[in-house]
Amino acid sequence: MSEPTYDAAFFRAWLEGAAAAVDREADRLTELDSAIGDADHGANLKRGFAAVTATLEKEPPATPGAVLATAGRQLISTVGGASGPLYGTLLRRTGKALGEAPEVSRTALAEALTTAVAAVSQLGGAQLGDKTMLDALVPAAEALGTSFEAAREAAEAGALATVPLQARKGRASYLGERSIGHQDPGATSSALLIAALAEVAA
Amino acid sequence: MRMLINVPETVVADALRGIAAAHPDLNVDVENRVVVRRDAPVAGKVALVSGGGSGHEPLHAGFVGPGMLSAACPGEVFTSPVPDQMVRAAAAVDSGAGVLFVVKNYTGDVLNFEMAAELAEDEGVQIAKVLVDDDVAVTDSLYTAGRRGTGATLFVEKIAGAAAEEGAPLERVESIARRVNERARSFGVALSACTTPAKGSPTFDLPEGELELGIGIHGEPGRERRPMMTAREIADHTVDVVLEDLRPKGPVLALVNGMGATPLLELYGFNAEVQRALAERGVPVARTLVGNYVTSLDMAGCSVTLCEADEELLRLWDAPVQTAALRWGR
Repeated sequence: MSEPTYDAAFFRAWLEGAAAAVDREADRLTELDSAIGDADHGANLKRGFAAVTATLEKEPPATPGAVLATAGRQLISTVGGASGPLYGTLLRRTGKALGEAPEVSRTALAEALTTAVAAVSQLGGAQLGDKTMLDALVPAAEALGTSFEAAREAAEAGALATVPLQARKGRASYLGERSIGHQDPGATSSALLIAALAEVAA
Repeated sequence: MRMLINVPETVVADALRGIAAAHPDLNVDVENRVVVRRDAPVAGKVALVSGGGSGHEPLHAGFVGPGMLSAACPGEVFTSPVPDQMVRAAAAVDSGAGVLFVVKNYTGDVLNFEMAAELAEDEGVQIAKVLVDDDVAVTDSLYTAGRRGTGATLFVEKIAGAAAEEGAPLERVESIARRVNERARSFGVALSACTTPAKGSPTFDLPEGELELGIGIHGEPGRERRPMMTAREIADHTVDVVLEDLRPKGPVLALVNGMGATPLLELYGFNAEVQRALAERGVPVARTLVGNYVTSLDMAGCSVTLCEADEELLRLWDAPVQTAALRWGR
């Protein structure tokens, strides 16, 4: 029994769902970011994902890899801050790892996402437990090997688990111990992205 | 919070249109968010490009012009610009002598400038980078993103800009920029938080009768909170933490900088206390600059940047400069 596969339309639907979620939660992301960062995370991601949606609508790429690579480049060009290069790299590298296949399986996506998460870790110099987006993405990529739903749960648990951590990267790290007790905005938006994936696969 | 704006979404574009209208010496590309000195590229001259989030005005666009920056890339409020902006700026100002990127040490700025450097080099532009990381409030760099770039950015841009204007090659301009950064330290104090247009309420809660020590320039809380102090007490504390880290062996350049909402009357009074504190500790001051240069929107407060000077740095500091926010000697 072979695995089901997912085409470019599925990936476009995922990113449209992610854009809707970011739009809906933008104020909460900005609120979280104002506690330990500089209060722009929601607004920046909202701008970036709106641009992604517009680009994909104008010229829909033909393969899952191309959809993600295009979206990643768009985020790099529109988000700014650390989130632009980091989220841009996440999507671009996932797309690159998927290659030119017209349809991909969940297992292939899990492998591609794992590669991309490693690239994000290298770019930002962060590890698991530094109170960053990786705290949601690393467990999510691993759980995606099991199921979409497991990935969603792992990402949400990872985001919640950032609350007691002390930030060691990004702007929150300047706060030292005062960053403890706040949920990380990057891990929160990463959980939204993975939840949108589970949503569209359900 | 009442703001003199139209809508939060257009504050950066609106300000750029205003800069264009006020400063005919600048080429302002509002759509692509690049501010370039009108006579760029200057034949044979190394170009300096900087940029960062908006909300720190006059940094960086106010420092574009002869003797300082060739171009600036303003991002969204408190958000690093995107690589496309720096690549466009580098292409517009490169005369073939190369481009120095002046980057404040924040994760976002560093990542976007790194990507831009790769892309610009692919297009045949020679790029050098200097990271500004002068803020002594960030301790324990091992467990943080490292020290923040704040007031020393002005010293780096002015002094390296003067070296470039004199015709120094890229390697030399870069090493002077690095030397200025290595010899400069800053420390900032907030008497209020600031309000970003997108959020519309203060970035942190600072009750009446308290101040925040060791703040950055993005409305992020500082390292500790204390009951309100006098200008004299703030000057003593600030000078102590900066000197403890810098330990200058000779005269210094001093920048007494306002965070945006502190009146000049107060800043000058604070400067008097800073000069007294330095004199009492045996540190001669060669040059002083007082004003709002590296700000944080409508934050009340101040920062002090000291840079250990030498003959060459002083000569380059005194060299002519003609920008919107700094101009002398021409």
